[in-house]
Amino acid sequence: MIRRIAIAVAAFVFFGLLGFSLLSWRAAIAPIERPNPASFTAESVARGEVLAAEGHCLSCHIRPGGQPFAGGYGVNTPFGIIYGSNITPDSETGIGGWSLEAFTRAIREGVSRDGSHLFAAFPFNAYTELQDDDVKALYAYLMTRPAVSATVPPMTVPFPLNVRFLQEGWKILCFRSGRYRPDPAKDAQWNRGAYLAQAVSDCGGCHTPRNALGGERLRDAYSGAVVDNWIAPPLTEANPSPIPWTQEQLFSYLRTGVDPLHGAVAATMTPTIRDALDLPVVPDSDVRAIALYVSDIDRAGTRELNVEAVTREALKNSSLGSGQDYDPDADLYASACLSCHYNTGTVPLSARPELALNSALSLPEPTNFIQAVLRGIGSTEGARGLVMPAYASSLNDAELARLAAYLRRTRTTRPPWTDLENKVSVVRRELAASH
Amino acid sequence: MTTFNLNGHTVAVRSPDDAPLLWVIRDELGLTGTKFGCGIGMCGACTVHVEGRATRSCITAVGAVAGAEVTTIEGLDPQGKHPLQTAWLELQVPQCGYCQSGQIMQAATLLKDYPDPSDRDISAVMGGNVCRCMTYIRIRKAIKLAASRMRGATHD
Repeated sequence: MIRRIAIAVAAFVFFGLLGFSLLSWRAAIAPIERPNPASFTAESVARGEVLAAEGHCLSCHIRPGGQPFAGGYGVNTPFGIIYGSNITPDSETGIGGWSLEAFTRAIREGVSRDGSHLFAAFPFNAYTELQDDDVKALYAYLMTRPAVSATVPPMTVPFPLNVRFLQEGWKILCFRSGRYRPDPAKDAQWNRGAYLAQAVSDCGGCHTPRNALGGERLRDAYSGAVVDNWIAPPLTEANPSPIPWTQEQLFSYLRTGVDPLHGAVAATMTPTIRDALDLPVVPDSDVRAIALYVSDIDRAGTRELNVEAVTREALKNSSLGSGQDYDPDADLYASACLSCHYNTGTVPLSARPELALNSALSLPEPTNFIQAVLRGIGSTEGARGLVMPAYASSLNDAELARLAAYLRRTRTTRPPWTDLENKVSVVRRELAASH
Repeated sequence: MTTFNLNGHTVAVRSPDDAPLLWVIRDELGLTGTKFGCGIGMCGACTVHVEGRATRSCITAVGAVAGAEVTTIEGLDPQGKHPLQTAWLELQVPQCGYCQSGQIMQAATLLKDYPDPSDRDISAVMGGNVCRCMTYIRIRKAIKLAASRMRGATHD
C-alpha cells in the first residue's frame, strides 16, 4: 500500500514537472547578423528615441558612468539584485543578434532570444501593452545605437528562485499578456496619458505595491510602495501632499524635476526625469498627457481645497526657527536647513523646496525625509541645478530624529511619527551597507 | 576621479568621490578663500555656490558635484567687486574676517532669490552663517546696501 502511494506521488511529481517544463518551454529564435543601421527609417529611429526617453530605459540599462544602454544598474528586488542587461546592438554581449521577432517576444512576453525566461525586474508586464509600431520604433532606435561590448554582473537571486524556467510559474500567477485598450469613455489626451503611464513609463512599477511573489497588486494600483528603501508615494487620493497634484503641477514636476508647490524629485524617480522626461525630444504634449492621467487618478480636480490658503499657511510658518524663540529643535533647523528651505512671498521658489508642502513630511512614515537628509542629493540626482549636502556625518540619530519630529509638528497637521531615532538608525545602517 | 567646473574652469580632481568638496577646493586645488569652520554644515564658513546656489561644501562630497558649476569667493566676481564685496569694504563689515567668504556667498544667493529682502528674510536665510565676532548688524546693513545698488543696476 505504502509502496503504491509512493509510486503515485512520484508519478504525480514526475508528470507535474514534465508538464510544467513543457508549459514553460520556449523555442530559441535563430540569431541574425546585426541589422544594417541604414535599413531603418529616420522616422522610426526618431520615434524610438522619444519612447526610449519616456520609457526611461536608462533607469536600468546603464551603470553609473557607463555607456548608454550597455546595462549594469543593479535593481534591488526583495529576492536579490538583478542587473539591467546590455541592450546595445553588440552581437556577443548585447542584442545585435536579435531579430525584430525576438525583440518583440522579449518586450511582450519576457522571453529572451535563446528561449529562456526573463525576470520581471524587466517590466514586460507593462511593455506587453505597447503598440506594434512603438515596439518596432524602439527596436529601430536601439539597433542604431553604438554597439558596446559589456557584460553585466550575474544576479544575486539565490537558488531555486534564480531558475529561469520557474519564471513560467510567476507568469501564470502574475502576468497577463495583451495590448493597451483605450477607454472609450475618456478623451484622446487621457488615453494617451494612460498608455504612456502604463505601457511606456511603467509608473506602477514603483508606485503600485507588490505581493509576496513580486507581482503588482493591481487592485491597489498606484497606492504607493517601498522601493530601494524610499517610499514611492501614492499617486491616488491617498497621497498626503497638502496640495493635491494638479495636471499643471505634475507637468512641471515631470518636465523639470521640481514643482514649487510640492518640491523636487529624488532617489529612483530621478532617472525617470533626468535624461528621460526632461529631454527636448520628448514633446510637451506627452508629458501633459501623463500629467492629466495621474491628476485623474489623484482626483485633484474633484478635491475642494483652497490652494492659496494652504500655501499662505505654509509660508507663514516658513521662517519658524529664525529669531530668538529658544527652541533647541528650531535652532537646529535654523542652523542646518533654513538657509536653503526658507520661503517668503506668495509662492515658494522651485529652488527652495518648501517643506510644509513636501510629501516627505506628510507621508505616514519618515523614510524619505531621513533618506534625503542623510544622503543629500548630488548633481546627477534629483532636479537639475539643485544639490543638497549630506548630513550623515553631521547629525547623529537623536538630532535627526528631533529635526524630523520638529518639522512634522510645526509644518504639518499630521500625527507625530513614532520610533524616530530607531528609524533613523535603520536607514543609516542601510546607507552604510550600500557603500 | 571627479570632473566639475570651478570658477569657470574645468577641473579633474584626484580625490576620492566621498572627499568633502571643501577639502578638494582648499587642499587639492589650492583656493583657500573658502574656510573650514565646524565641518558639519552648521556654521556656514565653507559656503560656496553649486550651480549658482549657496551650498555647504564641508558636507557635500566632491562626487556629488560631478559635472556641476562650482563658484568660490575667488570666482564670485572677476574683479572681486560684486556689490556685496564692495558694500562689505565700505561698511567695514569684518572683524576677524574668517566667516566673511561664507557670509558673502550665502548673501549672494539670498539676493538672487529675494532682491529686496526684509529683516525676516535676512535672518532666515543668513541664520545658518555664524559670526563669532558678532558683526551681524553690519552684515545686515551691507546686504541691504548691496541689494539697493543691485536693484538700481537692474532698473538702469
